[in-house]
Amino acid sequence: MLEASALRAANHRVEEAPAPLPAAERNPLVVRGLVFETPRQRIIDGVDLELPDNRLTVLMGPNGAGKSVLLRLLHGLLTPSAGTILWNGKPPDGRTRRSQAMVFQAPVLLRRSVLSNLRFALGLRGLGCSRREMLSLLGMLGLEPLADRPARLLSGGEQQRLCLARALALRPEVLLLDEPCANLDPASVLMIEEALMKARAAGTKIILVTHDLFQARRVAERIVFLHRGRIAEISPAESFFDTAGSPEARSYMEGRILV
Amino acid sequence: MFKKLTTAFATLALAWSLQAGEPSSAADRFIIVQSTTSTQNSGLFDVLLPKFTEETGIEVRVIAVGTGQAIKNATNGDGDVLFVHAKPSEEKFVADGWGVKRFDVMYNDFVIVGPKADPAGIKGSSDADAALKKIAEAKAPFASRGDDSGTHKKELSLWKAAGVDVKAASGDWYRETGSGMGATLNAAAGMGAYALTDRATWISFKNKGDLAIVTEGDDQLFNQYGVILVNPEKHAAVKAEEGQLFIDWLIGPEGQKAIADYRIEGQQLFFPNAHKETN
Amino acid sequence: MQDFGAAFGLAFHLLAGMDAELVEIVGLSLRVTFAAVFVSCAIGLPLGALLAVSRFPGRQVLVVLFNTLMGLPPVVVGLLVYMMLSNAGPLGVLRLLYTPSAMIIAQAILVTPIIIALSRQVIEDLNNEYSEQFRSLVVPFPRAIAALLWDARFTLVTVALAGFGRAVAEVGAVIIVGGNINHVTRVMTTAIALETSKGDLALALALGLVLLIIALGVNIAAQLLKSTARRRAYA
Ligand SMILES: Nc1ncnc2c1ncn2[C@@H]1O[C@H](COP(=O)(O)OP(=O)(O)O)[C@@H](O)[C@H]1O
Ligand SMILES: [Mg+2]
Repeated sequence: MLEASALRAANHRVEEAPAPLPAAERNPLVVRGLVFETPRQRIIDGVDLELPDNRLTVLMGPNGAGKSVLLRLLHGLLTPSAGTILWNGKPPDGRTRRSQAMVFQAPVLLRRSVLSNLRFALGLRGLGCSRREMLSLLGMLGLEPLADRPARLLSGGEQQRLCLARALALRPEVLLLDEPCANLDPASVLMIEEALMKARAAGTKIILVTHDLFQARRVAERIVFLHRGRIAEISPAESFFDTAGSPEARSYMEGRILV
Repeated sequence: MFKKLTTAFATLALAWSLQAGEPSSAADRFIIVQSTTSTQNSGLFDVLLPKFTEETGIEVRVIAVGTGQAIKNATNGDGDVLFVHAKPSEEKFVADGWGVKRFDVMYNDFVIVGPKADPAGIKGSSDADAALKKIAEAKAPFASRGDDSGTHKKELSLWKAAGVDVKAASGDWYRETGSGMGATLNAAAGMGAYALTDRATWISFKNKGDLAIVTEGDDQLFNQYGVILVNPEKHAAVKAEEGQLFIDWLIGPEGQKAIADYRIEGQQLFFPNAHKETN
Repeated sequence: MQDFGAAFGLAFHLLAGMDAELVEIVGLSLRVTFAAVFVSCAIGLPLGALLAVSRFPGRQVLVVLFNTLMGLPPVVVGLLVYMMLSNAGPLGVLRLLYTPSAMIIAQAILVTPIIIALSRQVIEDLNNEYSEQFRSLVVPFPRAIAALLWDARFTLVTVALAGFGRAVAEVGAVIIVGGNINHVTRVMTTAIALETSKGDLALALALGLVLLIIALGVNIAAQLLKSTARRRAYA
């Protein structure tokens, strides 16, 4: 029930304030023949992908499909076995990573206070940030009262929100999110989605991994469906949910709905 | 607040520690005397040195090791004065040019100690040769220093004079501890063995256990101490002036009297005999 | 063995009486050991972190080497330091032999491999957790090292305590390079060795108990500090 109302609220907002897409599309992503394999297993098996605009892309697929590995490859944390990834025509490296931010599936936080975690990340980019600015950013994700608490003593959901706050604080051009809302209560999910929509409106290119179909419906503008390391389908969000073209995506969604 | 307190405390502790590099008794003038455990352990230095320091303002820092190591250290220039008891080695030290001149200071004597049960039957003997022969015949355990110290050298010369080949018995009844006099006496007390020791160490030794003197009074058991200034021509760092002052004081009337006056439980440990200059 | 009972009584007596000579010896013991541990940490923690984080050929060899050096025999270290600092040695001009400085050097040599080897392990574990996030954030190498050391600080206190334990209980090296000079370089362990060689086993044992109590005190203090700081600050 909660999810349904949240859905309506989110949709409403999106309609009200349609994100102005920048005229010059920044950070077009082009992936060609991408393969990542270990001696035991081919995890990414020939992915071709083009994300030319700043639409919010949701990456879906069953467990073990290779979503996390694909995000790492895009971010330049893993080296492809074959194929190319080009951000603005350049393969990912330290420089492209500096203009991106990634939120990992399992939160990694420094053994310091919540604020210090933000300060550390900001210091890396030479971004000065007053305590008040940081607090307002934390406030957006409902973390303001926890500002001086040890980050590692926060609950799982709070840690995930802090990771997102840290990523947003860097004002990245590209935001890669690996299941940031797993294990979150509905209110937290709403907060995260609002923060994402805000970043999206500011022109940030977002790739979001989620298993939550409702969430995907709420925020996605484009769906990429990954199955066993291959792309089964790329569709605009509306058509995906109405008439998913690929049998993989259909059975995935049926499985989800039936459970 | 807590953080500040901790930081302040840590800083203080650190400053205090790092100053350890500076010796606390900051006497500007001091000499280093390479000496033996017997003089140190007997407590003689504890009464002797303060008197000298009081008169001259020179602090004396004693390194107490085996005579062999003391001579080696002095050869390396790690000391200003050598004060040991192995006359042949001392004479060689001077002859090789490492020392300036050797002076007799004092003597005492060695004694053979053993368990009260006396398995070799040598109690009351004053003939070291005969006593050692009997120990060898009885294969009674004997604890040797085995560390190239003055006492060890003396012991080996005694075995040689007695015509006993201890090398063959090593590990059997002849047990080389490879450590100082105290440790060797501790071992002897522990395993009921005979041992050769200087009388001063023996008198002041606290862990006698079952051990008692069994042989004493042989001329061969005479134990002469000598003092030598390390040659400043070999090692420029040697404090020749202060070192010589110490030697002069030691063999002078005041030092000699202080040595004669030192007693433990009424027993005189060392007998001054300077002025019979040798070498 | 009546020495045992006597030793406990004597230890209590020594502690209760705050015997001036004992205070001096204990003080020097602590100062020399603290200084040595500090020097070792200043050298060993960055090296340990560097070894944990960087990948280069021969790294594995270095890891094994430092693990092995944790077992350095003190007497050998004492001998090496003696040979370096001796007037006949290359560093004789420094006139450090038979001073507390020489003892600090010898102990630091003994403790540094412990700090390197243990901190390497601690930092490596933490780095396994942080490294991907750090690569994502593009943390410069020196910043990463500093952050790892800072975030591991509570565990590193335990590493420093291991070094402290080794140093404070060590006799073989300090007696050679310090010379056990009364009022100058006599510390707890060399005093214990001396009393043992005098056959005063009860006093030696009592001093040993005092040493143990002091080590206990240091460990309790560090533990309290650690848990309080951790509770107050960070997990
Ligand atoms: N570093 C790695 N080494 C080897 N196998 C991996 C590694 N990371 C992931 N895998 C494997 O790759 C597959 C895809 O993993 P992942 O991308 O995490 O799946 P998901 O789509 O659920 O995020 C899984 O079978 C996983 O076991
Ligand atoms: Mg995943």
